Amino acid sequence: MKPERLVGIVSYGGYIPIYRVKTSEIARMWGRDGETLQTEEVAVAAMDEDSVTMAVEAARYALKRAKINPKEIGAIYVGSESKPYAVKSSGTIVAEAIGASPNITAADFEFACKGGTEALQTCIGLIASGMIKYGLAIGVDTGQAAPSDELEYTVGCGGAAFLVGPKTDETVAYFEASTSYVTDTPDFWRRAERPYPSHARRFTGEPAYFRHIVNATKNLMAELGYKPEDFDYAVFHQPNLKFPLKAGLMLGFTRKQLEHGLLIPSLGNAYAGSALLGLVAVLDVAKPGQRILLASYGSGSGSDAFSIVVQNNPYRGNPIPFISQMLKRKKYIDYAQYVKHRGKIVF
Amino acid sequence: MHRVAVIGVGCTRVGELWDKSLKDLIVESATKALDDAGIDKVDIVYVGNAYSKILQTQGNLGSFTVDSLGFEGIPAVSIEAADCSGSLAFHEAYKAVRSGLVGKALVVGVEKMSDSSPEEVAKALMSCEDQDYVAFTGVTQPGLHALVLRLYMETFKVKHEEIAEFTVKAHKNASNNPYAQFKNPLKVEDVLRSPILADPLRLLEYTTVADGSAALVLCSIEEAEKMGKKPVVEVLGSASATDKLYLPERIGKLSFNATREAAKKAFEEAKFSVDKVNFVETHDSSTIMGVISLEDLGFVGKGRGASLVVEGGIEIDGKIPTNTMGGSKGRGNPVGATGVYQLVEAVLQLRGEAGKNQVKDAKIGLTHTIAGVGNFATVNILGCL
Amino acid sequence: MLSAPRYWREIRYRYRLIGSRCLKCGKIYFPRRLVCAVCGSRKLEDYKLSEKGKIKTFTVIRRSPPLGYEKNVPYVVAVVELEDGVNVLSQIVDVSPEEVKIGMPVELTFRKVRENGKEGIIEYGFKFRPIFE
Repeated sequence: MKPERLVGIVSYGGYIPIYRVKTSEIARMWGRDGETLQTEEVAVAAMDEDSVTMAVEAARYALKRAKINPKEIGAIYVGSESKPYAVKSSGTIVAEAIGASPNITAADFEFACKGGTEALQTCIGLIASGMIKYGLAIGVDTGQAAPSDELEYTVGCGGAAFLVGPKTDETVAYFEASTSYVTDTPDFWRRAERPYPSHARRFTGEPAYFRHIVNATKNLMAELGYKPEDFDYAVFHQPNLKFPLKAGLMLGFTRKQLEHGLLIPSLGNAYAGSALLGLVAVLDVAKPGQRILLASYGSGSGSDAFSIVVQNNPYRGNPIPFISQMLKRKKYIDYAQYVKHRGKIVF
Repeated sequence: MHRVAVIGVGCTRVGELWDKSLKDLIVESATKALDDAGIDKVDIVYVGNAYSKILQTQGNLGSFTVDSLGFEGIPAVSIEAADCSGSLAFHEAYKAVRSGLVGKALVVGVEKMSDSSPEEVAKALMSCEDQDYVAFTGVTQPGLHALVLRLYMETFKVKHEEIAEFTVKAHKNASNNPYAQFKNPLKVEDVLRSPILADPLRLLEYTTVADGSAALVLCSIEEAEKMGKKPVVEVLGSASATDKLYLPERIGKLSFNATREAAKKAFEEAKFSVDKVNFVETHDSSTIMGVISLEDLGFVGKGRGASLVVEGGIEIDGKIPTNTMGGSKGRGNPVGATGVYQLVEAVLQLRGEAGKNQVKDAKIGLTHTIAGVGNFATVNILGCL
Repeated sequence: MLSAPRYWREIRYRYRLIGSRCLKCGKIYFPRRLVCAVCGSRKLEDYKLSEKGKIKTFTVIRRSPPLGYEKNVPYVVAVVELEDGVNVLSQIVDVSPEEVKIGMPVELTFRKVRENGKEGIIEYGFKFRPIFE
């Protein structure tokens, strides 16, 4: 899907909460001490954080860097599977907190872990068509996992906001094209009113994650006439360390292309924030002229793949922390504090 | 303008009075005061109460009080100004009698807190603060006192144990007060080892849930003399003042304008200065409020309040005997009644009826109540000349 | 149940730390005032306050928190002196009570403030956290 008018990233902001729990601490809790765990630690939201507050933090960082009037934003879309309200748009709260209300369109997107890239794709469409000047696309989650579930060793919290607008000489990067690949594949889901998601174990792999990411990426490369070596970086959704590495291998990418965007070992899987935070980490270090592949994955299932060309290094003289700095800014909590933070003790 | 006398006082014991209702408390203190005055009728009733609307959902306390006492038809005024409710009711009654529009006035201060859960009480204690920008932060009333305490210690380089000594002195005096809530002697270590309410403020530095009621009867001096009252306790000065509600706007001063303003006005009326005062009943809702109040009232210089306490200056035989019946911490703090308790205690001192805690040659006493962390204050000066 | 309209009225001020400024004498206030407490003018405008400041004094709420705050105990509440000279009362987050010091530089963050049970509205607003170094 190529837009008729090119759309660029005006600014972006990633947010990772300060708290971490070591996966070895989770393993200690469930009698799995000593096991080799691919994810070393996961980011945990504070007691007073949820997907909305983290969306606001990411959006505030993006705006600080952008120096545009928030009133020029025409759309705010928040992709998340951990909305604090089942009914009431998170976008309304974000819009008010950054001073973008009221002349905007806002909505929340849910497509498991790809709500954020859906939001991005929608914004690209609105800007390319000339309907809005700027759009804010956010992917954010306080990743949910049932106690002792495999997921508990990987889920993290965090999110990223992308302020997109018409491509100019000043934009950080621009989108060449995107593709989506969607089928009805029930690999991972959460029924209404259930606190934790369920999943179909190994079925989440080959027919789900790999099939969708590989097809979306192949279709994108076919549309643009690119090969894996045309990309300097590749960022895939990261439910664990194995899946993105294997997907990369299947598509012909090298580990080096994947390295910069691989945050899972020290962040965990921030669901709708996962791939987008990977993109933020890459943009933090990428140089003008470099090309980035981004492919999200949302269970259920679908994948959105984007080709992004870097134009400017946004960081010169900028006070917004890098993702690498946010990952280092941390406070460890134990499993007891973790369950309190994540609302797993009820009171 | 009439000179005004206090001709009768009465109060209940302070504490968790499980078997007494709001009405029981009112009737007990009011009838004692009426009996003490030797009358059975008044022209008007002033009721001071802070929380009955929140804790008992009982409003219209003026009518409630008059009816409880079996009076009928007389006017009644209900007054709420947090911890100053009782002393403000007194102040308003004083003005009415002074003007000549009112003959005899009954002032009742009452609070019934033990009916409610600690959460409800905590919420009530915060009702004197701005709800949208102070209560909303999650701060508690002890938390606000703690903010002042920390800044005070930091600014004046005062040790916590010096300030905590205020509680020790309070309990010592309370031990001789038959109406007091806490009569147990304390050492400063006990105070500093008690549970933390809100750092650095400890449990034993702060007043707690209390029920109680105090009452007094006012009339003109001429009327009192006609009734053969002797000695006659006279109200020499009475004033109230407010300050900004939002503590951060004024915390840096570590001094409360409301207290200073009310004291200034009360002394202007009394036509003498603080050095004439023989004893003071101040509102130590927390240790730090007691210390700062001694400074604001002019008994000691800024930042020197705690030294005065430690050096024994506030004891019964000290430079300025303070909270002679235990103060809000020792006697107890039934919030809306506290100001009236102070006045009752001052009257007992001036009449020479304070028992073991009698201040020698007590001729002039000052009472001072402060709401929350200083957004309202009342100062009353009583004398027996 | 928390009052939705009461929360809604304060949203812009609490989300974005907006106070008021007297058009006559220039005095800045938080929370906003309708009448200037210095010169008595009734002409004041909304004023966006600085998002950075220093801790002037603080406490840690450990006991008897108000309903809706009990899950956060212990939490730090401080008077923050903002760069524009205005003092605000705020929770300080992302810090353990032992680390808080008078003079500590802090910056605005957007957080959940109060939630009462699972039925009612969630109230959001500003808090402060140590400045990212």
